[in-house]
Amino acid sequence: MSTLDAHPVRAGSIPHYNEAVVRRFTLATIAWGLFGFAAGTWIATQLAFPLLNFNEFSTFGRLRPVHTSAVILGFGGNALIATSLYVVQRTCQVGLWGGPRLANFLFWGYQAFLLLILSGYVLGVTQSREYAEPEWYADLWLVVVWVTYMAIFVGTLVRRREPHIYVANWFYLAFIITVAVLHIVNNFAVPISLTSTKSYSAFSGPQDALVQWWYGHNMVGFFLTAGFIGIMYYFVPKQAERPIYSYRLSIVHFWALIFLYIWAGPHHLHYTALPDWAQTLGMAFSIMLWMPSWGGMINGIMTLSGAWGKLRTDPILRFLVVAVAFYGMATFEGPLMALKAVNSLSHYTDWTVGHVHSGALGWVAFIAFGAIYYMVPRLWRRPLWSLRLVEWHFWFAAIAIVLYITAMWVSGIAQGLMWRAYDQFGFLQYSFADSVAMLHPYYVIRAFAGVLYLTGGILMAVNVAMTLRQPIPTGARITAAATA
Amino acid sequence: MATPSLAPKGHAIIERSTALLFMFTLMVMSIGGLVELVPLFKLETTIAPVKGMRPYTPLEQLGRNIYTREGCYLCHSQMIRPFRDEVERYGHYSIAAESMYDHPFLWGSKRTGPDLARVGSKYSNAWHLAHLEDPRSVVPVSIMPAYAFLKDKELRTDDIDLHLAALTKVGVPYTAEMRAKALEDIKAQASGENADALLARYPKAKVGPFAGQPGRITEMDALIAYLQILGTLVDFSDVRLEGKD
Repeated sequence: MSTLDAHPVRAGSIPHYNEAVVRRFTLATIAWGLFGFAAGTWIATQLAFPLLNFNEFSTFGRLRPVHTSAVILGFGGNALIATSLYVVQRTCQVGLWGGPRLANFLFWGYQAFLLLILSGYVLGVTQSREYAEPEWYADLWLVVVWVTYMAIFVGTLVRRREPHIYVANWFYLAFIITVAVLHIVNNFAVPISLTSTKSYSAFSGPQDALVQWWYGHNMVGFFLTAGFIGIMYYFVPKQAERPIYSYRLSIVHFWALIFLYIWAGPHHLHYTALPDWAQTLGMAFSIMLWMPSWGGMINGIMTLSGAWGKLRTDPILRFLVVAVAFYGMATFEGPLMALKAVNSLSHYTDWTVGHVHSGALGWVAFIAFGAIYYMVPRLWRRPLWSLRLVEWHFWFAAIAIVLYITAMWVSGIAQGLMWRAYDQFGFLQYSFADSVAMLHPYYVIRAFAGVLYLTGGILMAVNVAMTLRQPIPTGARITAAATA
Repeated sequence: MATPSLAPKGHAIIERSTALLFMFTLMVMSIGGLVELVPLFKLETTIAPVKGMRPYTPLEQLGRNIYTREGCYLCHSQMIRPFRDEVERYGHYSIAAESMYDHPFLWGSKRTGPDLARVGSKYSNAWHLAHLEDPRSVVPVSIMPAYAFLKDKELRTDDIDLHLAALTKVGVPYTAEMRAKALEDIKAQASGENADALLARYPKAKVGPFAGQPGRITEMDALIAYLQILGTLVDFSDVRLEGKD
């Protein structure tokens, strides 16, 4: 791995940087990732084999939010906090504002939030708002934790020793601010009593629907996109050892992205009882959103200019760059599905599920994997145990995504077509049950894809565990190259 | 990564100030939400009122809470789109007023199972009971989990006034009488006995027996009562959107 030999890692602790909390968040990312992938694989298997719904605590209905929250808030959230705290210290050249105690509170407070909500789902405690299922008491706790996070991040920016705020931090900042606003507004609710877990949403009907999908779509836009673009802007140039392709493009696509994304929520409500003007606005802005999305993708991928050869030899860089490619694909498919004509077919079907997973498995998780493999040798100051295993992880995961997406494309489009099919006499050709029976083989393929993806995750966990078990190499400088 | 000298002057000002970057970001990300959400709450055309809509009966509302607790909305939508095939399959397309008392809305985003916006009164109580106990006994290809356990769980009713009070706070027009008689209404609707007062307060309510266990009110009773009212309140053979010509 000669390409990596030139990529030294400093040994010894870096003064004033809080790396302990970044290490914790990194390990939490891996642990929640494994749990979330396993939960997803399990509920996918339940859809193929419904007898696996054993009792009230293990039905698909209760476990589905366990999967979504574990991967989005558990895996994704921990990855975002880990990388943002790693990046903000290095690009500002100062340690975290607030000191180690506040950082530890952030860590344990966030993990407590996750345990609180996941155990609640199994017991049937949910607001039934997709991706905002936590009930009022957990929502309030998250506000405390999130304000802490914002204070640490912004405080560190304020104390920076660099004149400019690095572009990755713009995206992290936008993610932190927007998630706070979304979370607070979408969770306006009246609890029935202070000792009850149950609350009622402050909004109803179409207003409730738009508030929820304004939240839901922008959790994608700011949690799963802006934050992860922050990861891209630090880790892609670092691993490729090339500067960002275009500074000007990063400015333009940053402001365009955060301005346009917020409008796109109504495309989740096409042809519903939401007023038409709102649907049309949502559709128009979804199409415009294609441009800043691809601006980000181009900036990430073109950063490899002159270093394309590294993709052959460096599986970590490959994770990062393929992630950006998936981002490009998912953000092309998204505006397409936001067109009302296309949406009339795709909405309510597995196509949407496939689309989400091309973004989640391909973009979000791949860029997180790349960042983890980049950070682990540097945080623990020892070489990664095996690059070969990273290679295996990559291919397991890549094949899983292809199987997952293609299975959901076929089953989703088939659902949409069967529901609207008429026979030659002008009657609906299929009963709804026909469309359910059709799904089985694709659900089996999807579950198998989940097993592959989970296997890749386990390989990563093994690799990190073995890395940590190695002794710290002696000498001032070590390399990140695999020695195994 | 960029060298400051190449940066446009304007943006260099923003990216050198945490406060400016924070404020501009907050402003820019707020615009879209404000433009879409504020009019939606202010415009009277968002929800055109129709005849027939009423708050859920206490039993229906508790059944609705079980529907949300079990995550039914993850596989069943409650929003019929105005397409020929959907209207033929499910009934008249959904209108905004039909979910005006829904806290939260349950339009859903996925149809692994069929839409339920107008499932009310399409099947008998006995069918729903059989289907919820063992879906594959009535729909062999169904992939729905079995919910037989609902039949063994007593419905919690002692906190019903807390529920109705909270719903009143968020705008559901429960009257003092409705709240005072809530427990009686639950009993009357679940058993089907002495239901006249209930039906006067909540027209078109479907009364029991639902789960067929005399003397017991279970979560199964509540859930079926809720399913049986879905989409039946507005009479579309005689619909006139008030406020329009």
